[in-house]
Amino acid sequence: MSANGQAPSLARRGILIDALLTNRVALFSGALLLAIALSAVFAGLITGGDPFLIRPRLRLRPPGSEFWFGTDALGRDVFALVLHGGRISLLVGLFAALAGAAIGTVIGLLTGYLRWLDPVVMRVMDGIMAIPGILFAVALVSLVGPSLFTIVAAITFAEIPRVTRLVRAVVLSVREESYVRAAEGLGIPARLVLLRHILPSCIAPLIVQTTYMFAAAILSEAVLGFLGVGFPPDIPSWGNVLAEGRAVFQRAPWTIIAPGLFLAVTVMAVNLLGDGLRDRLDPRLSRAAKVSS
Amino acid sequence: MTVSEPILRIENLSVALPEGLDRKHAVHDVSLEVHRKQIVCVVGESGSGKSVTAAAVMRLLPEKVLRITGGAIHLEGEDIAAASPARLCELRGNRIAMIFQEPLTALNPVMRVGEQIAEVLRIHRPQMDHRQIEARVVELMADVQLPDPDRLARAYPHQLSGGQRQRVMIAMALALEPALIIADEPTTALDVTTQAQILRLLRELLTKHDSGVLMITHDFGVVADIADHVVVMQQGEVVERGTPDKVLAAPEHPYTRALIEAVPRFRYRPEPERREAAVLAVEGLSLTYRSTSFLGAKRETRALDTVSFSLAPGETLGVVGESGSGKTSLAKTLLRFETPDSGRILFQGQDIAGLAGSALLQMRRHIQMVFQDPYKSLNPRRRIGQSLIEGPVQHGLSVGEAVKRAEDLMELVGLRRDALDRFPHEFSGGQRQRICIARALAMEPSVIVADEAVSALDVSVQAQVLRLFEELQRRIGFAMIFVTHDLRVASNICDRIAVMQRGRIVEIGPAQRVFEAPEEAYTRELLAAVPGFARKVAAVA
Repeated sequence: MSANGQAPSLARRGILIDALLTNRVALFSGALLLAIALSAVFAGLITGGDPFLIRPRLRLRPPGSEFWFGTDALGRDVFALVLHGGRISLLVGLFAALAGAAIGTVIGLLTGYLRWLDPVVMRVMDGIMAIPGILFAVALVSLVGPSLFTIVAAITFAEIPRVTRLVRAVVLSVREESYVRAAEGLGIPARLVLLRHILPSCIAPLIVQTTYMFAAAILSEAVLGFLGVGFPPDIPSWGNVLAEGRAVFQRAPWTIIAPGLFLAVTVMAVNLLGDGLRDRLDPRLSRAAKVSS
Repeated sequence: MTVSEPILRIENLSVALPEGLDRKHAVHDVSLEVHRKQIVCVVGESGSGKSVTAAAVMRLLPEKVLRITGGAIHLEGEDIAAASPARLCELRGNRIAMIFQEPLTALNPVMRVGEQIAEVLRIHRPQMDHRQIEARVVELMADVQLPDPDRLARAYPHQLSGGQRQRVMIAMALALEPALIIADEPTTALDVTTQAQILRLLRELLTKHDSGVLMITHDFGVVADIADHVVVMQQGEVVERGTPDKVLAAPEHPYTRALIEAVPRFRYRPEPERREAAVLAVEGLSLTYRSTSFLGAKRETRALDTVSFSLAPGETLGVVGESGSGKTSLAKTLLRFETPDSGRILFQGQDIAGLAGSALLQMRRHIQMVFQDPYKSLNPRRRIGQSLIEGPVQHGLSVGEAVKRAEDLMELVGLRRDALDRFPHEFSGGQRQRICIARALAMEPSVIVADEAVSALDVSVQAQVLRLFEELQRRIGFAMIFVTHDLRVASNICDRIAVMQRGRIVEIGPAQRVFEAPEEAYTRELLAAVPGFARKVAAVA
């Protein structure tokens, strides 16, 4: 029917699936991430035993057939600690990324669309961006005390301005499109115009930004754990496993290498996935050539 | 090289399209020649392959998608279809130059225009020193009749008017005295008066320089004014060629005939009988755009200056003028996308100039707009049905009723009922504009404001959409404000015409009176710039 040569937008059939299938690196990263997530979810089944079981006689055993990643200074199985730690680390990453994306999107939509709100809100965002994220997180957690909520909130807070700026930029360009004007001309209230006509254009860049935030949040949590203001030792996360291993690093490097490796691989996989998605979803970087007459 | 050797000889050029499209070739078996001091116009509608032909000559095709599969392109005897990238760099600018459609995007916005012309010289004429280049730039800018070249050379593109920018583009193209200039719709983005000036300039320059011009256009008016030789393309193939006199006066191919038939010409509606009270009355409407620069200097642009008129039910008022005359500002203000500084907009006696909040949302259904670009005015992510029922449902209709109304409207505008399930990209430009009209009608408005609603369409489609507007108006009886830059189109559909200049209505009256016995000098100027074709054909017929 159409003879104008425009390729159908890939928004029609699951953009995520489409993006994944066309990029092998992204596909591999996605699979790796899924494996790590599954290992964390089923940590109990895989490792069988209690990760906190203290076995003073078996302390600082090197990796072997009994303890794959060795044991730590208290004789705990590092493999079990790392898998269980993945639960918390991934959860923090996921929650922080989703919360940051959701809050940032709402603020971004409003500031982009309601011009009078813009100068005020954006100056506030500039202010937040001026505070070093980790410093703020350390301060908040030491004040309120570590819990899943405070740590997620502390990490999310620093991510909000970035999402706000991203969404606002998309809104500013899309609001000038005639179809937005047309909707306004039909007497559609602003909140529905935002929801139906503007928000969908933000989704693709948001997905990409969310993956980056996911990786950054995992790292931030690890940094907090390492600095000793993260979760208490009875809740293992990659960060505090790393922190505990630091004392015995010279004698038992595996206590640090194992959680460090998981952390590094996860962050790398998420970033590669984000890169792959961006290549596919961001029209400015899209390599798909357009046919025009 | 002999005198008779053409500058450009394209022989049996074929360019393949990727698999899976509705045809195999973008361009199939096209041959044409351009000689010295000759202007060859390639005419066709969108999708006819005319731009692909031009891009093939520049070797600017995206090679992964569009491959040259056959034929040869000889530039001054050299086959450039096989030239190496290094050789192409030498040729481009030096021997072939290109003038683009949209001079604002084709110029670098952060570089002074004189610099941009100088850059071409610096790259291709390294032996010229600084002084020589500067002198040459000024000479070129004088050549294209830019006023005060010394001063304008230091201006940035956004400080120039559209016509001046296109002159800069032409100066850049001429800088190296190329053998061939390719002009892709060089005047399409310009006002009629500016278009006439640019066409005259191109013609004059050819008598002075030795180049040949290959011009791509969709406008037979341009062809009639400027071409030495015409090539008509349809679906990637040449269907007719010859001198403009022959092709325009006695077209042989049915496609050419249809194209010429569709070119709008002056034709007036019968004078309407006296009508009852106005549905829309505008009194002393003024709109000023204010901006504050970084240093606090205030700039004011008077977009509308005490505009007054009234619109009777069922009447069509045409608003014509050049770009910047305030036509679009008027449309936007009537829809209350802009809030006027002063004046009243009386809709059925109620002043809507100051409405806000839910009263404004309620009022909006009565005045609907049809936008210029059908490719941008439908949300690409929503089905046609969703777009069509959105407004009525918002104003209280049930979804079932709204769908029923949308289906009826689809038939009314000449589309199938089941088209509601499709997405905008599945439709052509003309079909999309029909959908936009249906969307406006779904609100059962009393007034429709059409802002250049047919300007982005091919001529044959344009004629269909105009007919649709007229028929719908006869059946439904809405009043219409038809904003257009094309006086011929305006004459076909409007009962009365308002001519705008710098935010004011300078002349208003019945269409035939305004166009045949204009009272204002500005109206006469606009009329004189209308491409000569309409009159010429009328004389022949």
